[in-house]
Parts: sequence; C-alpha cells; structure tokens
Amino acid sequence: MKITIDRDRCCGAGQCVLAAPDVFDQDDEEGLVVVLEESPAPEHHQAVREAASVCPTATIEVTE
Amino acid sequence: MSVVVVGASAAGFATAEGLRRNGYDGALTLVGAEPELPYDRPPLSKQVLTGQWDAERIRLCGQDKATELGLDLRLGTPAAGLDTAARRVSLADGTELPYEQLVLATGVGPRPLPGTEGLRGVRMLRSLEDSLALRAELRPGTRLVVIGAGFLGTEIAAAARTMDAEVWLVEPEPVPLGIAVGAEVGEFVAGLHRERGVHLRTGPGAAVRDFKANAGQVEAVVLDDGTELRCDLVVVAIGSVPSTGWLAGSGLTLGDGIQCDSRCSAAPGVYAAGDVASWFHEHAGVRVRLEHRTNATEQGLYVARALLGQAGEPFTPVPYFWSDQYDTKLTAFGLLRGADEIRVVEGSIAEGAFVALYRKGSRLTGVLGVRRAKSVRQWRALLAAGSGWDEALADSPQ
Ligand SMILES: Cc1cc2nc3c(=O)[nH]c(=O)nc-3n(C[C@H](O)[C@H](O)[C@H](O)COP(=O)(O)OP(=O)(O)OC[C@H]3O[C@@H](n4cnc5c(N)ncnc54)[C@H](O)[C@@H]3O)c2cc1C
Ligand code: SF4
Repeated sequence: MKITIDRDRCCGAGQCVLAAPDVFDQDDEEGLVVVLEESPAPEHHQAVREAASVCPTATIEVTE
Repeated sequence: MSVVVVGASAAGFATAEGLRRNGYDGALTLVGAEPELPYDRPPLSKQVLTGQWDAERIRLCGQDKATELGLDLRLGTPAAGLDTAARRVSLADGTELPYEQLVLATGVGPRPLPGTEGLRGVRMLRSLEDSLALRAELRPGTRLVVIGAGFLGTEIAAAARTMDAEVWLVEPEPVPLGIAVGAEVGEFVAGLHRERGVHLRTGPGAAVRDFKANAGQVEAVVLDDGTELRCDLVVVAIGSVPSTGWLAGSGLTLGDGIQCDSRCSAAPGVYAAGDVASWFHEHAGVRVRLEHRTNATEQGLYVARALLGQAGEPFTPVPYFWSDQYDTKLTAFGLLRGADEIRVVEGSIAEGAFVALYRKGSRLTGVLGVRRAKSVRQWRALLAAGSGWDEALADSPQ
C-alpha cells in the first residue's frame, strides 16, 4: 500500500488522524495532514482506507 | 434493493460511495439538478474564486469513478416531486424513479435579498457556475459590495481583496461572524479585514435599505444610515434556504430543513444527509442542521450504513468546520452559537494565534483555534465525551 496526498486540498479536519493515528498526523498551526508512514504495514491498511474515505476533501489517495 | 439518492454533491456522493464500500451491490441512482459531476464547494469562495485552482481540481468524482461505482447518474435533471406512499420520485423531465430506499441530499440555496430581483451586477455564490461568473467580473479596482459578513461573505471579501478589488463589507450585526463564533473572535476577524484594506461597515446603520441602478445595472447600495456605496458589483451572502421546495405535499416534515429522527430518517425508507438534514443530536440534546463540509461526508457515510442496517447508534458527530480568511485559517469543533462564555486557554487573540473554549450552561460546547489547529483537535475528545466546563478546564490536555 502506498499513500499519496495532495496537501493543498487539506482543510485540517483531522479525521484521518482519528481514523489512523499511527499513519497520519497534523502540523501544529494549520492542521494540515502529515504522513508518518507512506507505505504503512498491513495491520494499518484497514484504518488507512477508512481515513481516506472520511477525509472530507479527498486529500488522501491510496494505491494498493 | 434499489436506492435513489437525490442531490449529487458532497453528501449524496459520500452516501453512494459508502453504500458500495459497505457491500451494497443493488441498483443505485444519483440524481443531480446541476449538469456537473459531483464537485466540492468550499474552494468556490477560495481557490476557485481567486483563480488559483481550475474547476477540474474540485471534482469529487470523475466519469471513471462513477462507472466503477456503478452509478446510474441523472445529472441536469432536478427532482420535482415525491410520493412516499408509492415510493416514487419524479424528475423535472417527467421521468418516474421507483425506489425502495431514498436519500435526500439536496443541500441549501442562497437566500435572496428582496429588491435585487432582475438587477444586473448583483450575484450570489453557491455553485461552480456562480463562482466562475463572479471571478470573471472581479478585476483590480472593481468596486465590490459584499452584503453579509458570515463565513461566505467574509471569505468572498478576502478573495476579492487578494485580487485587488475595492471591497466594502456590510453587516448589520456589530462584528463579522459574530453570530457564528462570538464577539471576541468576530472582532479579531474584523481586524484581519481592516488590515487588508476592506471597508468594513457594521452595526444597525449598515443594514441595506435600497439599491440604485442605471438601466437595470446596479450603481450603488444605500445603507440605513444614508451612506451610499457606489459600486460595480454586489454579492449577496445573507444565509441560505434548505432546498426542500420540491418536497411540498410529500408528507415529510419540513421546517428548517428535512426533519429527521436521531438516525437521520425522515420517514420509512427515507433518509436525509448534509446541509438539508435536520436531526436530533442525542448527545448535544438539541435538534441541529449543519452547513459544514465535513458533516456532509460524515452524515452521508452514516446514512449509507443506516440503509444497510449497519448503523447501530444514532448519529452524534462532533461537528467540525474551518474557514480561510486571507492566510489565516480558523478551525473549530463543536457547537459555538449562543455561547454564554468564551475563554482563551492558549495563546492570545492579540497575537493572532489562540485556542478559545466555548461554554453553554455548565458544559463545554465548542473549541475554536487560529494557528493552533493541532491543539484544537486535542479538545475534541472532551467534546465527544460531553465534558463539563470545570472538568474541561481542569483536564486541559496542555
Ligand atoms: C462557497 C462555499 C464555501 C464553503 N466553504 C466552507 C468551508 O470553508 N468550510 C465548511 O465546513 N463548509 C463550507 N461550505 C459548506 C459546504 O460546502 C457544505 O456544507 C456542503 O457542500 C454540503 O453538501 P451537501 O451535499 O449537503 O449540499 P450541496 O453541496 O449544496 O449539494 C446539494 C446538491 O443537490 C442539488 N439539488 C438541489 N435540489 C435538487 C433537486 N430538487 N433535485 C436534484 N438535485 C438537487 C444541488 O444542485 C447540489 O448540487 C461552503 C459552501 C459554499 C457554497
Ligand atoms: S481528514 Fe483530510 S482534510 Fe482532514 S486533516 Fe486529514 S487529510 Fe486533511
């Protein structure tokens, strides 16, 4: 699994961090998404798919 | 089973995608009034309006994706009537669509200002078409009056200033965004706009009384205190009206939006999601209707699960919104309106970086931050848990 993000789209909702805290974080000021693991381990895959689907701005793209 | 979703935007598309992801493989029809494939609205008053992004960038779903999801797309054909007894939606072009389960996600439309009908140079902003039309008219030096300093009005004023238009922002309340976020933060927002050279007129004297026109083209906005603002262009941003006109006589309860129970259901087999849905929020203990982008996705996904009998609990999200004013992003969780107290717990409003908590009665009801987005999220858990105010201050995650 590989994660790509279009950071300009991110609105700082933090939904991705709630869904997959081991894989996503936010920067301090604007809350824009930070990817901690671009190729996360299999145990995180389900959470990452969930994060991509709850992101309101379709910032997160997942290729498997 | 067969599902019809009316409203092909954020909430409707999230529902459709959620249904497929949760294993629904039956017939799925998505009906949209606009001819466009689903797209995202927040950039319409931001990156699309300023020209930073082109229209393709805000697409939520392309033709490929629609095919992959097996969507029967009916675009450019508004739904015109609903018969809940016969379980049938009729479209404006005469098509009749039977359904077993129906999702209403028709959003809201801009509230028009009486006296502006037929006046050229007066615009509103809701759709991609509106945003592109407005952008085409904004040039350096264009004299623009924005009526209404809510989220939409303030963002339009900000975008227009970055395009070097001459901007007046008029609002009968004492400060911009005051109703939504309170006087303290509203005053801060007023400062941002003044710094950038927006002519801000607030208070009762700034209510719009009249318009002046020449051969049908707007020339000036007249305020209640007699001020005449000469202008080339006016944008009306005074709130919105739920798009429920076509549901008159359907038997659904329509008040401020489509009235639903705590599981987003409006009648047997009928659900609503997004800006148009009003539902009873069991944790907050009040009926709410949110015009927030994140809610459209969350509620759409919830309704998808509810349709498949997988929802379980009632819908009790922690609301989230953001707003961009120039290079400043406001982010907030919870319900901020009508707070009894607002307290800054991190940073300060004066330095333009802060976290403020909102109290109603003895409860923590909201948190808002500027340049502290990550800290703001740390209060979310307390909001989700229905924390008391004293407890929240004592438990401060910082
Ligand atoms: C300019 C702008 C900026 C915004 N900025 C922010 C922001 O910064 N942050 C934030 O949190 N929120 C923002 N919002 C709000 C956010 O965009 C909405 O909450 C979100 O779009 C709601 O999605 P929805 O699908 O419920 O409704 P909508 O996006 O309104 O979609 C409803 C769709 O239904 C269609 N429709 C209506 N009637 C019918 C009918 N009879 N038949 C068929 N189709 C119909 C409409 O054409 C529309 O496409 C903004 C909104 C606008 C307009
Ligand atoms: S959920 Fe999406 S918009 Fe929100 S912080 Fe994560 S990537 Fe950004």
